[in-house]
Amino acid sequence: MALVTFMIAAPLLVGLGGLLLPSTSKARFPAAAFGIAAAAISLLCALTLLATTSRPISVGTTWISFGDLTVTLGLRADLTAIQVAVAVTAVALAVQVYSVGYLHRDERYAPYAAQVSLFTAAMLLVVCADDLILLLIGWEVMGACSYLLIGHDRSLPEAPAAAVKAFLVTRAGDVGFLLGIAFLAVHAGSFEIGTVLAGSYPSWIALLLLAGVAGKSAQFPLHTWLPDAMAGPTPVSALIHAATMVASGIYVVARLYPVFVQSPLALSVLGLVAAVTLLLGALAATAQDDIKRVLAWSTVSQIGYMAAALAIGAPGAAIFHLLTHAAFKALLFLAAGCVIHAVGSNLMSRMGGLRRNMPDVFWCTVIGLGALAGLPPLSGFWSKEGVIAAAAEARDGHGQVPSWIALVVWVAALLGVALTAWYSTRLLLRVFFGPVPAVRAHEPDAVPEKPAPVGPAFVGKPTYLELEAARRAKALAKTAVADEPDTQSELPAPRPLDPPALMHWPVMALAVPSALLGLVALLPDARADLALAAPHVSLSLILAIALLVAGAVPAWWLWRRRPDSDPAGALGRFRPLLANAFYLDQIQDHLTVRPVRAIAAAVRRLDESVVDGAVEGTGRGATGLGALLARAHRAPLPRAATALLAGALLLGLAAAILGGAA
Amino acid sequence: MSADLSSALLVAVLALPVLGALAVALLPAARDRQARVLATVIAALTLVVAVPLRWGTAESGWFGDGPPVAGPWALLDLPWVPALDLRFQLGVDSISYPLVVLTSLLTLLCCGYTIWRVPPGGPGRLLSALLLVIEFGILGTFLAFDLVLFFVFFEVVLLPMYAVIAVWGGTHYGPDSAEREPQRAAARKFALYTLFGSVLLLVGVLVLVTAAGTSSMIGFPRLDRGTQVFAFTLLLVAFAVKSPLWPLHTWLPDAHTQAPTVGSVILAGVLLKMGTYGLVRVGLGAAPQGAEVLSGALGVLAVAAILIGSLVCLAQTELKRLIAYSSVGHMGFVLLGIATMTATGIQAALLGNIAHGVITGLLFFLAGAVKDRAHTGSLDELGGLRENAPRLAGLLGFAAIASLGLPGLAGFWGEAFAVVASVQRGGGLWTTLGALAAFGGALTAAYLLRLLRRVTHGPASPAVSLLVPSWSVAGALSAAVTASQPGSGAGSDSGAEKPAVAGLPERLVPGWPTAAELLAWSPLVILALLLGVWPALVLSGTDAPINDLLEMVRP
Repeated sequence: MALVTFMIAAPLLVGLGGLLLPSTSKARFPAAAFGIAAAAISLLCALTLLATTSRPISVGTTWISFGDLTVTLGLRADLTAIQVAVAVTAVALAVQVYSVGYLHRDERYAPYAAQVSLFTAAMLLVVCADDLILLLIGWEVMGACSYLLIGHDRSLPEAPAAAVKAFLVTRAGDVGFLLGIAFLAVHAGSFEIGTVLAGSYPSWIALLLLAGVAGKSAQFPLHTWLPDAMAGPTPVSALIHAATMVASGIYVVARLYPVFVQSPLALSVLGLVAAVTLLLGALAATAQDDIKRVLAWSTVSQIGYMAAALAIGAPGAAIFHLLTHAAFKALLFLAAGCVIHAVGSNLMSRMGGLRRNMPDVFWCTVIGLGALAGLPPLSGFWSKEGVIAAAAEARDGHGQVPSWIALVVWVAALLGVALTAWYSTRLLLRVFFGPVPAVRAHEPDAVPEKPAPVGPAFVGKPTYLELEAARRAKALAKTAVADEPDTQSELPAPRPLDPPALMHWPVMALAVPSALLGLVALLPDARADLALAAPHVSLSLILAIALLVAGAVPAWWLWRRRPDSDPAGALGRFRPLLANAFYLDQIQDHLTVRPVRAIAAAVRRLDESVVDGAVEGTGRGATGLGALLARAHRAPLPRAATALLAGALLLGLAAAILGGAA
Repeated sequence: MSADLSSALLVAVLALPVLGALAVALLPAARDRQARVLATVIAALTLVVAVPLRWGTAESGWFGDGPPVAGPWALLDLPWVPALDLRFQLGVDSISYPLVVLTSLLTLLCCGYTIWRVPPGGPGRLLSALLLVIEFGILGTFLAFDLVLFFVFFEVVLLPMYAVIAVWGGTHYGPDSAEREPQRAAARKFALYTLFGSVLLLVGVLVLVTAAGTSSMIGFPRLDRGTQVFAFTLLLVAFAVKSPLWPLHTWLPDAHTQAPTVGSVILAGVLLKMGTYGLVRVGLGAAPQGAEVLSGALGVLAVAAILIGSLVCLAQTELKRLIAYSSVGHMGFVLLGIATMTATGIQAALLGNIAHGVITGLLFFLAGAVKDRAHTGSLDELGGLRENAPRLAGLLGFAAIASLGLPGLAGFWGEAFAVVASVQRGGGLWTTLGALAAFGGALTAAYLLRLLRRVTHGPASPAVSLLVPSWSVAGALSAAVTASQPGSGAGSDSGAEKPAVAGLPERLVPGWPTAAELLAWSPLVILALLLGVWPALVLSGTDAPINDLLEMVRP
C-alpha cells in the first residue's frame, strides 16, 4: 500500500517543491532531474504493483466530516487502476525526458517541469482515489495544471485564450460533475466510492456525472477546448492526450460503472454522444493542415471509441483502448514534436519528404499511425477491434443499451475506421513523402513562423532551419531582390535531422508498446486481467479491415496522382466546413460566451444604476430634504417672529383645551 | 488549563490591542517608525495569547462530567452594568476560535506591512493604532457572549475603519491624485450604510433581550415564534449589510476600491465575517426558529449574490473593484451554507469564512502590490505581468486559482460543501439553489481566469513595462537603480530618492516582491494550502456546538 501512496506522493511533492524554484536557467538542471526522478520512481512503483498485486489493495482514514458526511483519505488500487497508472507514469516519464530536449532554451523550465509533475500526480490521484472528493481534487487539479501548461508558451498570442478555454469548458462540465457527486454522496450517505457503488441511483445522477466526463474527455459538445489546447508545448499535448486529462473521464466512468449500468438512459446518451464525437473528430481531422490539430482531432475521435465501448457495456474494451491509445498517441505527439522541431512549423503544407532526413522518426510515426488506424498487428488494431466486436454483440441485444444505440455505435465505429485510415495516410504522405515544398526554405515567414513551440532547439548545435535562415539572410543581404532560387538544387538531400538523444529515445521507447501492446489480447491470462473478450474472426473484423483499406487507398491514390498536392483537396467545398469542425466553436461562442458576456455587462449596469442607484438616491434624497428644511428655517426676522408667535398661540390653545378637558 | 488562566488570556486578547493602540498613538511623530514596530509587536503578542485559547476549558466546557455540552472553552463572566443586568461575558468556542486567530494574524500582517509601507495621507503610527483598535473591536465581537456587549463591539469597528478609508485611502497617482473626494465619499457611504444596519441590529438585540429577560447568549431561553421571526428579520438585514448580501452590498466595492491595501485586507479578511459570524452566533443562537422560517429567503438571496457578484466581476474593469465584487459572490456561498440550516452547510460556512479571509486577504495584498507598481488598476492598462514580474504574477495566479475554489486549496471546501448541503437539504427549491450555486462556481472560475488573462498574460503593457523582472536584470540595466518603491511613505527605509539614470525610464520599479511583502504574504499562501489539505484545522470540534444550535431549530 505504501507503494500506491509513494507513487502519488513522489510527483506531488516534487511538483509542489518545483514551483518554488526560480525561473532561471540555473534552476533548469535540478528541475529536470527532480521531474525525471519523480516520474521514474512513480513508474517503478506502478510496475512493482503490477507485478505483485493480485487483489485490490486499499487504505483509508477519515479526513474530515461535514455534518454526517464523512470524507475519507482513501486510496484503492485494483488491477485496472494499476494498469492505467503504469500507462500514466510511463508517458509522464517519456514526457519529462523529452521536454528537457524540446524546451532546451526555455528559461521557465522549472515551473514547467513542476506543473508536469503535479499533473501526473493529479491523474494518479484520480486513478487511485477511493473517495469521491479525493477524486474530484485530482480531477480539478488536472484542469488547473492543463490551464497552466497550455498557457506556458508566452510567445504564442493564442496560448492564454486556449488555456482559459480548456479550463472553462471542462469547468462547465464540472458543474454537473460536482452536483452528481453531491447527489451520490447524499444518497449513499458517504463519499467513499465502495459505499457509493453499492447503492442504486436515478438516471439523472449518472447524466450529471456524464457532463463532467464530457468536459474532461472532450466529448461532444464540450470537445471544443481540445484542438485549441494545441497551443501548449508538444510534450504537454502528449501528456494531455495520451495518459491524463482526456483519459480521466473514461477512467472515471469505468471506475463508477455500477452507477452507470443502472441507467440505460445514461448509457444511451453516452453512446450517442460517443458516436457523434467519434465521427466529428475523424471528419475534422481529415481537413486540418496543422499536424498537431490532426492529432488533436484524432484524439477526440479515439476517445469517442472509448466512450462508445463504455456505453455498450464493455468497460474492459474501453480501458484496453485507453492503454494502447496512451502508447501510440504519446508516440505520435512526441514524433510530431521532432518533426515540428526540425521544420520550424506546425503546418503540413510546409513539410514533406522528411523520411530520408529523419528515418527513425519516420518509422516510429509509421508505427504510431498504423496503430491509430488499426492496422494489424499493431496495438490499436486489437483494442479498436475489441470495441467494434463489443458493439456488434450489443447490437444483437446482449447489452444494457437498446440495440439501436449499439447499432449506431457500431456503424459509427466502422465508419471511423475508414476516416482514420484516410487521415493517417494523408498525414504520413504529407509529412514524410513527396517533394520538399518550396515554401519551407523560401517563404520569408517560414522560419520561425511560431518561434516558441519550435524555438527550444537541438542540444548544442544550431538547427537545420537556423542554418538555412542564416544562409538566406546572407543571400538576401547580397541581393535585395529575391529571385526564387530552386529549392531542390540548394538542398543537399538527405540531411540528417534526427532529434537529439533526449528526444529520440522517448520516441523509440514508446514505439515498442505502440506496436506490441495489442498482442496481450492473445494471452488468455492478460485477457482475463483486462476483462476482454477473446478476439475472433467475425464480420466486424473483416469489415473493419476492408474499411481500413478503403480509407487508406484513396488517400494514397490522390497523393500518387499529384504528390505535391494535399489529398484533402478532394474534399472540395466541404473542406472549410470540416477544417472548422462544423463551426461548432463559433456556435458555442454565439450560444454561450457572448450571451454570458452580454448578461454580465447588463447585470453590472443594473447593479450600478438600480441597486446602488437606490442607495445613492436615498443619500441624495436625505441630503436634499435636509437642505429643504434648512432653507425653510432660514426665514427673515418678521416671518420668523410671526411663526414663533403662531406657534406659541397654538401651544397655548392646545394647553387650554387639554387642560380644560382634564 | 485552569479557568483563571484562560480568563486571563481572554482579557489579554482584548486589552493588548486597545492599550497598545493608545501607546502607539501617543508616541511622538519623530518616533513614527518605532511606533509602527511597536504596533507590530503588540499585534504579534495578541496572536501569541490568542492561539492558546484553543486549550482553555472553562467550567462549562465539554471535558467535564456528563454528556458534552456545547459551551465556550474559555469564559470570563463579570458584572458590567448591574442596574440593567448586563454582564461582561467573553468566551471562545470552536465557532469563534478560527476567526479570532485569523483576525490576530491578519492584523499582525497588516501592521508588519505598515512598517514597510505607509500609504500617503496620514502618519503611519496612527494607521497602525487604528488597525489595533479595529482588531480590538473585531475580536470583541467574536468573543462576546452577551448580546449587548456584542453590539457594542460590533460598533467599535465602524469609526476607525471610516478613518482608515477616508485618510489613507484613494489613489495617489494619476490625474486626480490630488483630489481627496472619492475615498471620503466611499468612507462615508461605508459608515452610513453600516450604521443603518447597526440600528436594526440594536433594535433586534433589544427585542431579544427584553423578550428573554437576559442578554447572555449562554443558555438563551426559547422565545415564542413570532418574536423570533421578528428579531431574526432585523438581525438578518443588519448582518446582511455587513456580510454583505445582495442587494445590500453596494457600500463594499466603493470602500474596497478606495481603502488602502491594509484596509482592504482587514475589511475583506475579517470585517465581513462579523456579519456571517453574527448570523450564526446571534441569529441562529437566539432566534433559531426565526432563522428556520427565513432560511428560504436567505438562500435565494445568497444564490442571487453568487450569480450577480460573479456576473458583475465578469464585466468589471478595475482590479480591486473586481476582487471586492468577488467577495459578494464568495460570501454568497457562505450565506448559502448557513441558510441550509444543516450541520454540513454551517460547517462549510465556517470553513468558507476562514478560507475567504485568507485568500481574499492575499488577493488584496497582491492587487495593492500590482497597483503600487504599475500605478493603475485598470485591466485595460495592465497586462503581461508575468513578463516583467514573474513572481508577482505567479503569486497572483496562485491566489486566483485558490479563490476559484480549486479542490485541494482552502476555497474548495466551503463552496463545494455549500452545494452539497443544499442538495442534502433536498426539495425543489434547495436543489435548484444548489445547482445555481454550482453554476456560480463555474462563473467564478470564468472571471478569475479573465482577470489572470488580462493582468498576467500577453505582452507587457506600457504601465507594466516599467517593471524590472529581477535583480540581475536591474543590475544589467544599471547598477545605480536602487530598490526604491514608488510613493513609499515617510520613514520607510527604502524611500530614498530614485536616482535618474541616463537611458533608463525615470520610474523604474522592481517587479519582484520585496522581503517585507513576502513576509506578509507567505503565511496566507501557506494557510491557503494548509486549509486545503487539512480542513480539520478549522472544523475540529465544531460539530458539537453546531448540533446544539440545530437542535434548537428542530427540537
